Amino acid sequence: MADILFFVFAAMAIGGGFGVVLQKNPVGSLLFMVGTLASVAGIYVLLDAHFLAAIQVMVYAGAIMVLFLFVIMLLNLGHDYRDDIKSGLGLFMAFAVSGAIAGLLARQLRGAGDNPLLANFPGPEGMERLLAEEGAIGAIARPLFTDYVVAFELTGILLLVALVGAVAIAKQRV
Amino acid sequence: MLVEALVLSAILFVIGTLGVLVRRNAIIMFLCIELQLNAVNLSFVAFSRYLGIEGQIFVFFVMTVAAAEAAVGLAIIISIFRHYESVNVENFNLLKW
Amino acid sequence: MTESTLSAVSADVGQVAGAGFDPLLPGLILLLPLVGFAVNGGLALVAGSRSATAVREGREEAHRSDRRALTHTLPTWVGPGVMLAAFLLTAVNFIGMLGVELTEPVIRSYWTWMATGALSVEAAIQLDQLSLVMMMVITGVGFLIHVFSVGYMKEDPGYPRYFAYLNLFVFFMLTLVMGANFPMMFVGWEGVGLCSYLLIGFWFRDREKADAGKKAFIVNRVGDFGLLVAMFILFAVFGTLDYQAIFGAAPDTLVYGGATVTAVTLFLLLGAAGKSAQVPLYVWLPDAMAGPTPVSALIHAATMVTAGVYLVARSSVLFAMAPVGAAAVATVGAVTALFAATIALKQYDIKKVLAYSTVSQLGFMFMGVGVGAYAAGVFHLMTHAFFKALLFLGAGAVIHSMHHALHATHKDWDAQDMRNMGGLRRFMPVTWITMWVATLAIAGIWPFAGFFSKDEIIWYVGTSAPASALYTVLWGMAIATALLTAFYMTRMMVMTFHGPNRTGDTEAKHLHEAPLNMTVPLGILAVLSVFGGWINVPGSVRDSFFGGFGLLPMSDWLDRWLEPLTATAYQIRVDQLGAYASTSPVGGGHVLWGAIATGLALAVVIIGARAVGGREIRPAVDSPEPRGFGKVLHDKWYVDELYDRIIVRPLESLSRACWRWIDQVLIDGTVNAVGSLARGFGWFGSLVQTGQLNTYAFILTLGALVVLGVLIL
Repeated sequence: MADILFFVFAAMAIGGGFGVVLQKNPVGSLLFMVGTLASVAGIYVLLDAHFLAAIQVMVYAGAIMVLFLFVIMLLNLGHDYRDDIKSGLGLFMAFAVSGAIAGLLARQLRGAGDNPLLANFPGPEGMERLLAEEGAIGAIARPLFTDYVVAFELTGILLLVALVGAVAIAKQRV
Repeated sequence: MLVEALVLSAILFVIGTLGVLVRRNAIIMFLCIELQLNAVNLSFVAFSRYLGIEGQIFVFFVMTVAAAEAAVGLAIIISIFRHYESVNVENFNLLKW
Repeated sequence: MTESTLSAVSADVGQVAGAGFDPLLPGLILLLPLVGFAVNGGLALVAGSRSATAVREGREEAHRSDRRALTHTLPTWVGPGVMLAAFLLTAVNFIGMLGVELTEPVIRSYWTWMATGALSVEAAIQLDQLSLVMMMVITGVGFLIHVFSVGYMKEDPGYPRYFAYLNLFVFFMLTLVMGANFPMMFVGWEGVGLCSYLLIGFWFRDREKADAGKKAFIVNRVGDFGLLVAMFILFAVFGTLDYQAIFGAAPDTLVYGGATVTAVTLFLLLGAAGKSAQVPLYVWLPDAMAGPTPVSALIHAATMVTAGVYLVARSSVLFAMAPVGAAAVATVGAVTALFAATIALKQYDIKKVLAYSTVSQLGFMFMGVGVGAYAAGVFHLMTHAFFKALLFLGAGAVIHSMHHALHATHKDWDAQDMRNMGGLRRFMPVTWITMWVATLAIAGIWPFAGFFSKDEIIWYVGTSAPASALYTVLWGMAIATALLTAFYMTRMMVMTFHGPNRTGDTEAKHLHEAPLNMTVPLGILAVLSVFGGWINVPGSVRDSFFGGFGLLPMSDWLDRWLEPLTATAYQIRVDQLGAYASTSPVGGGHVLWGAIATGLALAVVIIGARAVGGREIRPAVDSPEPRGFGKVLHDKWYVDELYDRIIVRPLESLSRACWRWIDQVLIDGTVNAVGSLARGFGWFGSLVQTGQLNTYAFILTLGALVVLGVLIL
């Protein structure tokens, strides 16, 4: 069952990804992106990352994508997409580089299932036991507020700085 | 399921890369970068299932940074758009000395 | 550091030898001029910044009123004051040493200056008969010259600076003679060179004078190189640089006449020749006359230039063991003496005459120490300090007076050219008489000091063992030089003081005798020039007319005084070469030759005075250029031109080649090429920098791809 769900979500994610890249209308791209993000969130659930799945949907697909949508609508984009996708040499180069990366990754992942490293991996039992003991939120919250509290506070500052910076940049007339 | 998740992650990353390279619309490029981030996040989560909760915590931080990046990046795009009336990256060539 | 703490230090590390002689505050003798330097130097800084401010604010009157300021009154007392104190201290020590039989020098070590590896050098001073004689001359004559300077330099805006340099010079000179090892002496050696440079170029606004200072400094470098090499060899052989250790071990360690000791002595000779202005390094001394005249008297006549003689006398053991080195010293001295004397014949600048005369007399001293007559060399050093300082100071008084006279009518004449003088004896009687005393002394006429010292040297050269043709020739050169000396000094005196006055009538009204603080030192030096020679009347002439028919209470006093230092060297020489002869190369004893020498010198003086006085002399502007051989002498045998041709110009060409080819082409070219290369790369890189986000993203991805590829593949 889980495998079937995984492949369904995976297919949706890949399809959404291509949609993002190929859709000429920015709003369309954005909607495909939301779909991809939701599919990935589904895969998160399958991978026992329930909390992340939740914030993936709420923060990413919900808040950040809406921010993008705001901007697109605010700027009234979506009309000058005639030359939005490169052609000729640019397109070729893009495919060449992407293809090279894809080739490298494929070379690395081919036969990854037989990799001796994986044989030494513990199974998912540990994670399942943790989730059973602490709950989905507790499992991630405990280290976040103990071992990683400094990094956590720093991200808070980062967000504040980004907030102030965004206001400052967008406000001034260039 | 680990290997399958990694393969999916790789595919999404390549799609994101392709998107960054072929599109001229700054916002779409931005979206594709988000896609790349998500691909990486997926790898983290996949490994985290076997190797411990830290992978998920890292994803948490990546999301935070992505949010901050989106805020600042979109602010810049707005600012640029005010100036050029366009978000086509080929129109701006001031990023040089 | 006060003297009490110094003694406390010395109690730990210093060894106090010498039965019954405990020197009184020897460190203070050294420190006093340094204190004077510090005080005067501070005042000079104040005066300098003050007059700079005045010039900035355009106050012309500033330096006039400055002369009454504290910065110009205090040096008058501080400069000569510290010298008087140092002289009195030295005199006390000298008298203290007179009473005891001191066989070992008294060494006071204050601290360990440097200790590296096998080398350990103490900051130590050495008091013995030689250093005390030198200290007496330096502080005594130095004090008189300081007093004279008060009168001579009073009007100069750089008055405090002058005294600062002068005090510093005395400090270094005392270090030179008091140091107990070669490095200490070398500090003094370089220090006096520095002060010489500073004082020659004292009026540094004048390009020529500044150049003269540089010339002195650079020529001295050649000599310093020799001294350094000699020190290195000595250290390599003996493992120490202390006088006592080296000279004590030398007779046993070194082979008589061996290559090592010969090399050491030849390098020492090079050093000594540089400092003492001997052929071929004498060229700086005549140019050094650019400095104030009292400086010429102190540094370039009485003290610094005798450092080479001191060095040879101090290293007497080494020179005694190297017959080739000693013969080289004597030969260099004789050649220099004769050579400089011929040049002095045709000079018109009164200071130039004295400068060449000094070079010539230094040649005599070298001859003396070269033939093993170390005491005679030091003796002549001392008497020469008296009468040559007197001559220079007298010349200073003359120049001072001439300068005032010419300045009064703004006449554009050279105040130092003897052709412009004449008949000055009416205006400056004290200077006239004292300078005649000095002239008779340097001419070697009994009973003046020069007779005893110079003729003792000539005698030793003639009787030197081995009685070879070389020494006979040197003896002849020495006699010829002595006669030439008598002539050119007479010529100088006659041209300056006798005959009609040539300054012009208006100017003559402004000629005047020097003030008391200048004439009193002249008088004292004149007395010393008369009686200074009587301390070392040779025993062989004591009972004759020249020794006052035995009435003198002592004879050979200086010889015996210096005996503890020269005995070893003398013994080696006598053992190896045989005793000195008792007759001259052509026969005749000491008394006979004394009579011949003084008679000849007197004859030359009288004939010379008549010859020069009988000639019509016209002021410099009207004088014809010297012709023929006279011109060669006047132009100093063209040695400066020769050096210019074979050393200076090739060096300049080499430097220019280095500049044009090595520096500008090779080094600058390389540097510029590197710069151009960086520019080129930058230009190439800027092609990538399009400003296009697309390109950047592409390159970024490409980079990631490369990193990924490197990591994976």
